[in-house]
Amino acid sequence: MKVTAFKKIRVAVSLLFFIFTLSLFLDYRNMFPSSIYSKILFLQFIPSFVKFLSLAGLGAIGFLIILLLTLFTGRIYCSSICPLGTLQDVVSFLSKKFKIKKKKRFHYEKEKKWWRYSFFSLVVTSFLGGTIFFINLLDPYSSFGKISAHLFRPLLITANNSIAFLFEKMNMYLVYPFEFKGVEIFSFLLALTILLVVGYLSFAKGRLYCNTVCPVGTLLGFVSKFSFIKIAIDEKSCKSCGICERVCKASCIDTKNKAVDFDRCVACFNCFDVCPTDGMKFEYGFYSSPKNDKVKIEATPSCELNEHDEKVLYSKRNFLFNTFVYAVGLTGITLSQIKINPKKASKVAVFRKNPVTPPGSKSRTNFTQNCTACHLCVSVCPTQVLQPAYLEYGMLGMFQPRMDFQTGFCNFECKLCGDVCPTSAISSISLEAKKLTQLGKAKFVKDNCIVNTENTDCGACSEHCPTKAVNMVPYKNKLVIPEVKEEFCIGCGACEFACPTKPYKAIYVEGNPKHLTAKINKEKKIEQKVDYKEEFPF
Amino acid sequence: MDRRKFIKASLVTSGAVAFGGYASVYPFIASSLSSPYDLVAIKGGEPEAMFDKAIASLGGMKNFVKKNQKVVIKPNIGWDVKPELAANTNPKLVARIIKHCFDAGAKDVYVFDHTCDNGSRCYSNSGIERAVKDAGGKIVSGESESYYHQVDIKKGKRLTNSKVHELILESDVFINVPILKHHGGGKITAGMKNLMGVVWDRRYWHQNDLHQCIADFATFKKPDLNIVDAYLVMKRNGPRGVSKDDLLTLKSQIISTDIVATDAAAAKLFGIDLADVPYINYADELKAGRKDLSKLNINRIIM
Repeated sequence: MKVTAFKKIRVAVSLLFFIFTLSLFLDYRNMFPSSIYSKILFLQFIPSFVKFLSLAGLGAIGFLIILLLTLFTGRIYCSSICPLGTLQDVVSFLSKKFKIKKKKRFHYEKEKKWWRYSFFSLVVTSFLGGTIFFINLLDPYSSFGKISAHLFRPLLITANNSIAFLFEKMNMYLVYPFEFKGVEIFSFLLALTILLVVGYLSFAKGRLYCNTVCPVGTLLGFVSKFSFIKIAIDEKSCKSCGICERVCKASCIDTKNKAVDFDRCVACFNCFDVCPTDGMKFEYGFYSSPKNDKVKIEATPSCELNEHDEKVLYSKRNFLFNTFVYAVGLTGITLSQIKINPKKASKVAVFRKNPVTPPGSKSRTNFTQNCTACHLCVSVCPTQVLQPAYLEYGMLGMFQPRMDFQTGFCNFECKLCGDVCPTSAISSISLEAKKLTQLGKAKFVKDNCIVNTENTDCGACSEHCPTKAVNMVPYKNKLVIPEVKEEFCIGCGACEFACPTKPYKAIYVEGNPKHLTAKINKEKKIEQKVDYKEEFPF
Repeated sequence: MDRRKFIKASLVTSGAVAFGGYASVYPFIASSLSSPYDLVAIKGGEPEAMFDKAIASLGGMKNFVKKNQKVVIKPNIGWDVKPELAANTNPKLVARIIKHCFDAGAKDVYVFDHTCDNGSRCYSNSGIERAVKDAGGKIVSGESESYYHQVDIKKGKRLTNSKVHELILESDVFINVPILKHHGGGKITAGMKNLMGVVWDRRYWHQNDLHQCIADFATFKKPDLNIVDAYLVMKRNGPRGVSKDDLLTLKSQIISTDIVATDAAAAKLFGIDLADVPYINYADELKAGRKDLSKLNINRIIM
């Protein structure tokens, strides 16, 4: 059976998923309708899984579909849907295209079991211990998100701004610069590290990352042991020529023994494409030939023993390691007091006790437990107020987004972050609800305020306040000074952003660990008594 | 002025007047020469009809815009708010002004604002982007620092330099179209306060005596025409507003070449004492215009 079509379909599907997913992160002008996000990201395994844990519903069954698909015919996800998988294929393709890589590419390699299960149990035990941190570091979709958000997106914006610069010289304003507030350095470094590691591994070792580090790869690999349909070698047709082995990026085809380690197969179908003798076949997983296993054991009797030893050793080491991780997870090392602007000393240093989480995230706990730090919200936020956290959520909350009122403030009429979030970290809420969701409360620091220190009018905070929780009230010498009515405040941070004092702000938002509901600022209607025929007052 | 300079100046002046180039080079002076009024106040009609009538009484837009000129219009588009909440200039009025500019022979009409909320959202939700495009004008981003260039404000007391949008610096005609509103720090916002939207760094103004900076900037660039939209007037909670309850339907408009007179009239229309709006007084002291309306020739139209 010659099934070259499989590879072509796989390439087409993977490129579709890849391009769409990438576009979501690159859409810095918010051109995509927000409804399309959940459709494109529906099948991403970890976000869907995390979402399902807190709100089981039809919107979150993407990961179940992937599990069933894997149970049916193996790790389709890894080569067709996973954007990081396709990114590796792209790197691999380009290195081949530009002849950086020698012709002979891959060969069969044994599974790096110890590493593989260490990474996996690190993720699982830390997750059970209450932190999503290691998932955030290793989830392929979220890693791809960070790479897109902090490497590809800035590149695109730079290109846009260069073109805009040329256009401006010709007095054309159609393409205009995007005022980019910059990349957060730690997220940039993380994204760069992931790209270099994953890129190098895919260049040198094919899908070693997917079969060693990636928790989704390991889990789906385990599931695929029970797949209904598996890829195998047809012993009669196979001439052990090794061509398939050379194109197998998972290094899981052992032509010498005519065996496929299906656990590691990423379902790319390259082997079907190249086999000159129709030696690849699909096999029903129920009666997966015990003969093959026997051949394997016979061929490498010593290996079997070693593997056993390793398992024992592994579980012991693993136990110690996991205990350590678990302890770290429970202590929840947090930096509770963050300086708002640590540049230089100022009159009244201002500290924020609680970071501010985006509208729809319900509470800090809900947010930090469910956010996989894919940075999609960071990418789409039109005011760029959403920025990856440094230590505001503690060490294990690094990279999860927070509201950074130094770079922007939450737009009153916007709720995009909740609409695009693929997990349940930020729920999609109605605009009416968003406008009353209190993320935090504004705190006024009179001793830093211009009106008090300079004796001049300012009012920048009140000017930007959408609910007039910050109001200007009479002060000495006909001046007006801000007054905060916390019950109307929604914690959007417009006042803090607009406040011109340096380095510490005269008004800032103290986050609500649990979001509350603000009161509606209802005032009596202005009396409409105007005589349009009356003379002007001048 | 010494003798040589005097001779040179008079030669240049007479030459310019003789060849008719004067009016096109300095439309501001030309218009005040040819128009009988310093200020037009009108009320009782729809924004477009009021503008038609008011501009006609100033001799029509052709007094301000000459053939093939580049016009920049600066409305207030500061907030991501719907038109009915009147935080931004009425889009219909903006469209009408653009039409008059083209009718007068303008080559290009540009519209921009350095917004407070996210720029593209302000442009689209204010209805102004659509109105400008439909009227044939060009909407330009005010959100990128690269469009702003450093200039000196020689007469400024606190604001001695600022980065100003290049359209303001390069255009032949500058039309300022604010909407009259209550304002937390500035007390009211109309003509002069609207010009905070043509500079890049507004925080500096807030840090360094807001009222003085507003007045200082008025000495730098006087718009060729100020058109105050006072149809729906936000009486409190300005400049962003909370709800429709904050609005008063005044159905008025003020048009003048003098930005200080514009604001003085706007203040009276709003119902606030001139003494309570420091920047109008500072600007008068800096001779950026005249606040004393009794000395002006005002055309008052009631429709």
